Amino acid sequence: MTKGGLLLEIRDLRIEARTAGGAWNEIVHGVDLDLHRGEILGLIGESGAGKSTIGLAAMGYAREGCRIAGGSIRFDGVDLATAGEGTKRRLRGARIAYVAQSAAAAFNPAQRLIDQYAEAPVRHGVRTKAQAYEDAKALYRRMQMPDPEHIGYRYPHQVSGGQLQRAMTAMAMACRPDLIIFDEPTTALDVTTQIEVLASIKDVVRQFDTAAIYITHDLAVVAQMADRIKVLQYGREVEEAPAATMMAEPREAYTRSLWAVRHLEKPAAAAPKLDPVLSVRNVTAAYGRGVTVLDDVSVDLHRGRTVAVVGESGSGKSTLARVIAGLLPPVAGEVTIDGGPLSPDLAGRNREDRQRIQMIYQMADTALNPRQKIGDIIGRPMEFYLGLEPAAVKARVAEMLEMIELPADFAGRYPGELSGGQKQRIGIARALAAEPEVVICDEVTSALDQLVAEGILKLLMRLQRQMKLSYLFITHELATVKAIADDVVVMRHGRVVDRGTKAEVLFPPRRDYTRTLLDSVPEMDTRWLDNLLAARG
Amino acid sequence: MIPLFRGILRIPPTALLGMAVVFAYGFVAVFAHWIAPFGESEVVSSQYDPWGGAFLLGTDNIGRDMFSRLIYGARNTVGIALLISLLSFSAGGLLGMFAAVRGGWIDTALCWLVDILMAIPQLIYALLLLTIFGTAVPVLIAVVALLDSTRVFRLARSVAMNVVVLDFVEAARLRGEGLWWIVRREVLPNVLPPLIAEFGVRFCFVFLFISALSFLGIGIQPPTADWGSMVRDNATLITFGDITPVLPGLAIAILTIAVNFIVDWVLGKASGGRA
Repeated sequence: MTKGGLLLEIRDLRIEARTAGGAWNEIVHGVDLDLHRGEILGLIGESGAGKSTIGLAAMGYAREGCRIAGGSIRFDGVDLATAGEGTKRRLRGARIAYVAQSAAAAFNPAQRLIDQYAEAPVRHGVRTKAQAYEDAKALYRRMQMPDPEHIGYRYPHQVSGGQLQRAMTAMAMACRPDLIIFDEPTTALDVTTQIEVLASIKDVVRQFDTAAIYITHDLAVVAQMADRIKVLQYGREVEEAPAATMMAEPREAYTRSLWAVRHLEKPAAAAPKLDPVLSVRNVTAAYGRGVTVLDDVSVDLHRGRTVAVVGESGSGKSTLARVIAGLLPPVAGEVTIDGGPLSPDLAGRNREDRQRIQMIYQMADTALNPRQKIGDIIGRPMEFYLGLEPAAVKARVAEMLEMIELPADFAGRYPGELSGGQKQRIGIARALAAEPEVVICDEVTSALDQLVAEGILKLLMRLQRQMKLSYLFITHELATVKAIADDVVVMRHGRVVDRGTKAEVLFPPRRDYTRTLLDSVPEMDTRWLDNLLAARG
Repeated sequence: MIPLFRGILRIPPTALLGMAVVFAYGFVAVFAHWIAPFGESEVVSSQYDPWGGAFLLGTDNIGRDMFSRLIYGARNTVGIALLISLLSFSAGGLLGMFAAVRGGWIDTALCWLVDILMAIPQLIYALLLLTIFGTAVPVLIAVVALLDSTRVFRLARSVAMNVVVLDFVEAARLRGEGLWWIVRREVLPNVLPPLIAEFGVRFCFVFLFISALSFLGIGIQPPTADWGSMVRDNATLITFGDITPVLPGLAIAILTIAVNFIVDWVLGKASGGRA
């Protein structure tokens, strides 16, 4: 691929953030970055690595509470670090554009998509409104949006997440910018949707020969998109290399540790023999009147094993968890535990029933009360279910903290003082403090970085071995399924598509839908996306 | 002693000032009997004596010492306003959170009730109820607290609604926690900051409301000293360019500002901000 001249040259970039005390603390420590015309650079790292901060700095922008403290950001000859607001405003939107992670939050819900598209080109005087509308439709068609002539006249809530993310990319393209910054544009999407969005982005970026900075924590995604990859950690560059080289032979130990995460795999176990500890039999469930979300679903969970429930969003897998937990009484069917029936309604379950089933939530931020201390959060189930005295609770909390590999003095802290991964560990500890038989894990690693997620998965597996726990593991990530599951249930549109041991269901896939899901998981091969698209025709 | 001193130093000066003012008001209210040079309703001189001499701020329309009555007024007006605010906040706040957590028909019924109470202007409702039940101080407190709690209910319910949908409340429900535990331990700490802010504002409104009622003659009854009725009693002086009637109003204004200084600080602390 031939590349044009140097477009963006960042030298010794230093960014500081204001701490609670008011002092300035450096978070990006002298990063250099070169970007040529038409080139895609992948920025990768864990959260807190400074990748979004650097991405925004490439537009000469610093977030609230941050400032560009040193270095130069030369975009096509203009130093954005020192340029005035007026200069920067003329560049932004017109020559540099930004695509945010959550398109749903980035669109104005009260305006039509196409009006929001037209805003920048009309404002910058590049196009008239009519021309902008025509451009938008052409781009929507190019990005394979359904009904490209009319979809722009819808409001953001009337299109799907994947379509919205494509509309956002189209909007970024509106002024034919020289540079687009993509900040985790597909992180919030399902694997099958992610592919379509990735393909569209790659296609339009190539067509207009736009340079791009692609920020993500997903290695496989960056492998598909980027020409070059830069790995960041704690605001410093770890290494940089062309994508293929980086994938094949990463130099630094940190990069190799990132790469290794995806190889976590639980050894296959033999098919279970005993009666299941938890059994969902022919459950049909609906929200309100008429909308059936689960249709005749049966799932068995055996003691000491993990059942992974896999499916895209809308497949009903979270609803299944709500039915088991008693939050949504099913229309038909029943849930049994240890052979005995469970009341469909939460109110009908006694304390022992509730104690046996515990939940771990996806968003640790909202799952922990920000105004309770960690010691109280973990201690409450012990006090509530096991009737422990305050002194015994305190001792047990210390044991639990050790078990989840956190220091004992965390008991006195509030959730806000913990990182995402630590919060999730507290969520696990709270569930296990009740000494349950069954633990429902609802997308527990989806909101976490890969390295942190790996730590959580390893912890869950170790605890399972130690305490003979049974997990019902809800996820849309097949990498997670490989890592933790013994048995797999594949769901689609509220129905069970396939079930069995992991080997039976996935290797090789028995059903077409399972194959589509598996194929959609990006692999660590720079040609994977192109090959897949070619194969699908 | 030194840690305490450091702790005080960390409080912003505005809050310290506010605390000093509130403390002074409290001191005056509690020890009114010893501080005031004359009795609360004691006629000591002729009408409208000028400032100075034996009567620091002159005398009122029937010859009572203005300064002494201002001091007694602190006890009556501030005490009653505080009591009303506390009552309306505990009742309205708890019911609001209860409605949000419980949901269903109880929530609907409570909301209807509050809507009905709020549909009629507060002052007219108060006039009506006080005329029916008489103007004794306990009745006054009950009536104003009831009317005021509707606003608190609204606020508490809407803030609590945003908390109730969070996963940690669901976790508590799944655990089998009782309603009271959920309200007290899961919801209350999270809705406290806006409620505290509202307390500062509402306390002052209650103050003004009582003064307005007193001014209309159905609030705190004479001869009890009360800042609202003191303004009314001496209103004629204003026409002669005498600022004496404004003094009770000034007392209210200073307390209002002081209370809000403190509330700003508590609010910053309670919401985990940097204030």
